[in-house]
Amino acid sequence: MELLDPAKQKRVFPDEMYEKLNGFVDDLDIDPADPRKKGNLIQVLRKGQQIFGYLPRELQEYVAVRLGIHHAEVSGVVSFYNFFTTTPKGEFTISVCMGTACYVNGADKILSQFERILGIKSGEVTEDRKFSIDSLRCVGACSLAPVVTINDKVYGRVAPQDVEKIIEDCLVQEEA
Amino acid sequence: MSVANIIINDKKIIVESGTTILEAAQKLHIKIPTLCHLDLHDIKMVNRTASCRICVVEVEGRRNLAPACATPVFDGMVVKTNTMRAIQARRTVLELILSDHPFNCLSCAKSTDCELQVLANEFGIDTRPYQGAASHYPLDISNKAIRRDLNKCIMCRRCETMCNEVQTVGVLTGYQRGFEAVVAPADMQPLSESTCVYCGQCVSVCPTGALTEQTARPEIWNALFDPDKYVIAQTAPAIRAAIGEEFGMAPGEAVTGKLVAALNNLGFDDVFDTDFAADLTIMEEANEIVERVTRQENLPILTSCCPGWINFLEYQFPDLSHIPSTCKSPQQMMGAIVKSYYAEKLGKKPEDIVLVSVMPCLAKKYEAARPEFAPQGVPDVDHVVSTRGLAKMIKEAGIDLATLEDEDFDHPLGESTGAGVIFGVSGGVMEAALRTAYETVTGKQLAKLEFKQVRGLEAIKTTTVNLDGTILRLAITSGLGAARTVLEQIRNNEVQYDIIEIMACPGGCINGGGQPSIHGDFSLIEKRRQALYSEDEGKALRKSHLNPSIQKLYEEFLGQPGSEKAHRLLHTHYFPNKDYSEE
Repeated sequence: MELLDPAKQKRVFPDEMYEKLNGFVDDLDIDPADPRKKGNLIQVLRKGQQIFGYLPRELQEYVAVRLGIHHAEVSGVVSFYNFFTTTPKGEFTISVCMGTACYVNGADKILSQFERILGIKSGEVTEDRKFSIDSLRCVGACSLAPVVTINDKVYGRVAPQDVEKIIEDCLVQEEA
Repeated sequence: MSVANIIINDKKIIVESGTTILEAAQKLHIKIPTLCHLDLHDIKMVNRTASCRICVVEVEGRRNLAPACATPVFDGMVVKTNTMRAIQARRTVLELILSDHPFNCLSCAKSTDCELQVLANEFGIDTRPYQGAASHYPLDISNKAIRRDLNKCIMCRRCETMCNEVQTVGVLTGYQRGFEAVVAPADMQPLSESTCVYCGQCVSVCPTGALTEQTARPEIWNALFDPDKYVIAQTAPAIRAAIGEEFGMAPGEAVTGKLVAALNNLGFDDVFDTDFAADLTIMEEANEIVERVTRQENLPILTSCCPGWINFLEYQFPDLSHIPSTCKSPQQMMGAIVKSYYAEKLGKKPEDIVLVSVMPCLAKKYEAARPEFAPQGVPDVDHVVSTRGLAKMIKEAGIDLATLEDEDFDHPLGESTGAGVIFGVSGGVMEAALRTAYETVTGKQLAKLEFKQVRGLEAIKTTTVNLDGTILRLAITSGLGAARTVLEQIRNNEVQYDIIEIMACPGGCINGGGQPSIHGDFSLIEKRRQALYSEDEGKALRKSHLNPSIQKLYEEFLGQPGSEKAHRLLHTHYFPNKDYSEE
């Protein structure tokens, strides 16, 4: 497949986001004839998720055409890695650590408390796009188990009854 | 070339380095069971996933068992294929595969033709030893052609290799991970929401019942037994070269007369030959070729008989949709003529006639259902049944094809020439068109009918022919990967051709997605190819324009090739950028 002119592809996000991604792909300097060009796919998807926040179908198609590979293949790679997500993230990305130390200290109860209060499941986002919940494996702060991170902030030794307060903090923080 | 001396089951053999254990064993006639492995090197399709592990063997000095299909030999290698340990391991592998399989062979379309079933039988599986988790995916019956049942998928990924590497349609991928993993279109959408062209090559290589076809058999039976319907069959050229295989007859034997007899036995009121429509296609297409070549305008001209290829064009090369011939495919030409000219002759309304196509193809099912081929809501072709599907109907009716006396097609739409017969093989449409175009352009008789340079199973054939001073540059491609190569060259102005024949299936319709399974034996395709060329040679008339029924059709009804009426009935247009999600 040919590398198509990215300007001709359909875009559903602001142009400057695509420009950022295009700049990244240009810097990779991919030879269209190189059968290993697929090897760049994961890097490009990582960058894409960093810029756009998630990897919806439109963006996967964009990346596929940009790299000259089939959309199905991009979709397969996105579905394989836990890191990639096709649902948008909330303004507050709640990550509950499910590593061994956190797990034995009741991380599952923390996670279900978040799910219950926000009315969404892990991997989902609230309708107002304010909160999303994910679980992750070990953030390396086992002495603080169970650990929850929200955006860049770390909450340690979280108990189920703290969860409501943590969510309220976020809302207060947003108003301030 | 370096070689390796190896020993398999105490037999010595010298093979090229790089040979796999499986290939070496095959040379010694030692059978190692395989399942995911598929080697169709004639069309450069080799599935090397080594994912099923049913072929494990013991290699001396190696701690673990080795998959024979993916382990290259080395000098001095000693292999044992049927030690206790290897046999036990293979059995466990099979039992684990079966632990997530529906066990409903009785109601499976692939029963008796399933590679997994054969292995289960050979291994003597009589219980379900592992009761673990089982997959529960909904059936994908979103389209007219292909039926996907992921619960029967064994993740061999042959379909994916075929779709992505050979056909370059790129619809399938390994989706998700671990037990949840499936082979599916992007985002696990149904096929109808993908750019699937319905060539059916994935169905051809699927070892189990995961990929089969949508069937119209119940509707056809109903029509046959409906006293108010006049039911007509048309059979494509490639059927006669393959259907005998379903009845244990030798491959490569054209069973035309028996096929007609079987259709008459089933109760069809008329049995017509799609070869007639192929002759008609040539009349229109040769006329178009001569026009475009003489004016040197809009070249190359591409053949348009193959619906899989037309789908591919519409999805992947919309910018080139002005270059194919505007001729409908023979199936649709027959439909248009039956529901107009022949309906008039019968004194019947088109809606009281049911036209059933027997096709080697699954994309024909999609083509027949295209809305543009149903004027006033009455489809030109009502139902399409594959070669495999028709074989089942014949068996269901208790007819033994092999013992039937030969019968002839009905007239007038059953009369055909050798040019129509060879439509079923790669190069055949080109050759048939050349036979007619030559005589139309030069007014002279062809001294030698055969254009051997356009024949053969290679994916891309290029040649030139001299039509009495006019040099025509030709390309013939079979398999959509080959089509892509040539179309990209055209898009980039790297090559100049005048006429290009494109068929979606490697080798042409004889290897269509609706044909009897070849189970990895590509020599069957060569035999089917020869069967059609022999039938051509045996025909009294071998040039489409000499078909008396075609001449009469133009005299009585159509006027001239390319006339206004011919255009209305026999030509079509294409839909670039069609939105497949709305179909």
